[in-house]
Amino acid sequence: MTALMLEGILLTIITAATPLLFAAIGELVTERSGVLNLGVEGMMAMGAVIGFAVAHTTGSFGLGILGAIVAGMTMAALFGVVTLIFVANQVASGLALTLFGLGLSGLIGDAFVGVPGAGLARISIPVLSDLPVVGLLFRLDPLTYLAIAITIAVSWFMFRMRGGLVLRAVGDSHSSAHALGYNVIRVRFMAVLFGGACSGLAGAYLSLVYTPQWTQAMTAGRGWIALALVVFATWLPRRVLVGALLFGGVSILQLHAQALGVGVPSQFLSALPYLTTIVVLVIISRNRALVRANTPAALGQSFVPDR
Amino acid sequence: MKHILTAATAVIALAIGVGSANAADKLKACWMYVGPHNDGGYSEGHDVGRQMVEKELGDKVETSYVESIAEGPDAERALERLARSGCQIIFSTSFGFMDPTIKVAAKFPDVKFEHATGFKTAPNVGTYNARFYEGRYIAGQIAAKQSKSGVAGYIVSFPIPEVVMGINSFMLGAQSINPDFKIKVVWVNSWFDPAKEADAAKALFDQGADIITQHTDSPAPLQIAQERGLHGFGQAHNMYEFAPKAQYTAIVDTWGPYYVKRVNAVLDGTWKAEQIWDGLKDGILEMAEYHNLPDDVVAAAKKTQADIEAGTLHPFKGPIFKQDGTEVIGEGKNLDDGTLLSMNWYVKGIDDQLPK
Repeated sequence: MTALMLEGILLTIITAATPLLFAAIGELVTERSGVLNLGVEGMMAMGAVIGFAVAHTTGSFGLGILGAIVAGMTMAALFGVVTLIFVANQVASGLALTLFGLGLSGLIGDAFVGVPGAGLARISIPVLSDLPVVGLLFRLDPLTYLAIAITIAVSWFMFRMRGGLVLRAVGDSHSSAHALGYNVIRVRFMAVLFGGACSGLAGAYLSLVYTPQWTQAMTAGRGWIALALVVFATWLPRRVLVGALLFGGVSILQLHAQALGVGVPSQFLSALPYLTTIVVLVIISRNRALVRANTPAALGQSFVPDR
Repeated sequence: MKHILTAATAVIALAIGVGSANAADKLKACWMYVGPHNDGGYSEGHDVGRQMVEKELGDKVETSYVESIAEGPDAERALERLARSGCQIIFSTSFGFMDPTIKVAAKFPDVKFEHATGFKTAPNVGTYNARFYEGRYIAGQIAAKQSKSGVAGYIVSFPIPEVVMGINSFMLGAQSINPDFKIKVVWVNSWFDPAKEADAAKALFDQGADIITQHTDSPAPLQIAQERGLHGFGQAHNMYEFAPKAQYTAIVDTWGPYYVKRVNAVLDGTWKAEQIWDGLKDGILEMAEYHNLPDDVVAAAKKTQADIEAGTLHPFKGPIFKQDGTEVIGEGKNLDDGTLLSMNWYVKGIDDQLPK
């Protein structure tokens, strides 16, 4: 019973962490280029509704995912045009993007509320998936594998490839990068689009895999948690993975604690994931040198090239 | 959102004196929901009732609704907007709308209000509720007969009497079949958060429950039950299409006939504030068609329902004991409605501490 239960818990934690991982890794790339996009929640909501709508009308899961990516990127492009080309305030524009995305997704999704979705089968890798406990790592759903692959790829790109160096340079000092001849606006725009695509995927994961249905505001604040995770991870991809699992883990374990009947008030247990994340954030931030080394110095600053 | 806009436009129209000429022709009946009007659960149940009013009373009424209204200050604003937009009767359909309803009703003495599942009234505020616990007693009996592990998972929203009453009734039903039956309770502190409800269902199944029931509004827990090859009960609305292999039955709210009756009362001038608490026998709640169950269990469930309707069986019949063993009511007596409506204790056998 215990091994089976442990597997069940781990699987639930990974499922809970996946949408956070998608959204956070996208935002991490955006922020590494020096752009703060607070519109993650809105882009996720749009990804969720478009993903569900496309998958439901065409009957194709793949097209649904594609639709969600396009929806997230469209929202991100809107943000990019406003903040990078028209140099609007990033914080205000990001907040507006969240409100806009939540409202628009509700409007588009009206016809799809209360419609059951199909769900997605897990991929089972033969032999390996039969291993006790660790075997569950080889029978996850395809999108979870994609999220992990994206995280590894981003880490590789940022620290092992020239493009990643350019990205970090733009995020640390846009004027220096500009002086060296890099097109700051183009790099940032691409980073913003990548963030949008990942947020769209995060939304699609909620409406197509997690709970195969669409309801208004079903993202329920997960976009904001993803934003916090990026800071908690001090802009390092591998730490985003840890953070997503930590937050997902605590939010699942508190439900288990309740079901076991541990006599702690349920309101306190519900607050625990947030509390844990804040505490860990504070502890990690004590290493100032590491934080300073990885914080994009030009985060949130608009760039206007000299003419 | 669209409907809030309509309401807002109506406010503006009234303010500048347009459109008030033909406002008296039709009775305007309005609804306020805590979730989306088509949530496949509690709020949809009310909306089906609204549509029935529209169909039955046709030209005599005009209906409208606002949806996804948060309990709290938002509810007050939304109610006030409805009252100003010319609604003559307003149904506010969630427990948490209680105080806002009383407040706004005091400002609009000519508008009639009906608040679902609450207990506060005023000269122009009536309450209405269904005896959901009757359905939960039947569900508890089915769970005890069908469960192999002898453990059911119960996903709940907030510790209000309505919810506590439901948990107790389910447990008493289960204990009438299997005195050692166990319930694991998880509070998600929300009426509607599909992902969280799904997580709670997974946690409960992982801990050995093989039947799920809920007092939250989304079909997500049943979807998880279906995924795991396990079973559960629909809440407020027939959730069969979300989980055809998992749903045994559902406790379905059928508010329609009640709404028609009350709107008619406003039309012929006989409406007055009342406190209505109807049950299975009045048709305000129904058991959805039974599925995935052996014939004898279905027959037993129908027998229990018939006994409850005939009044020969009361789910809260004595003797009933609290968790600590103190007797609440003795053999041969039934708990009275007042005790039920203020219930803030668990019956013996439930392993959970009630949040305060």
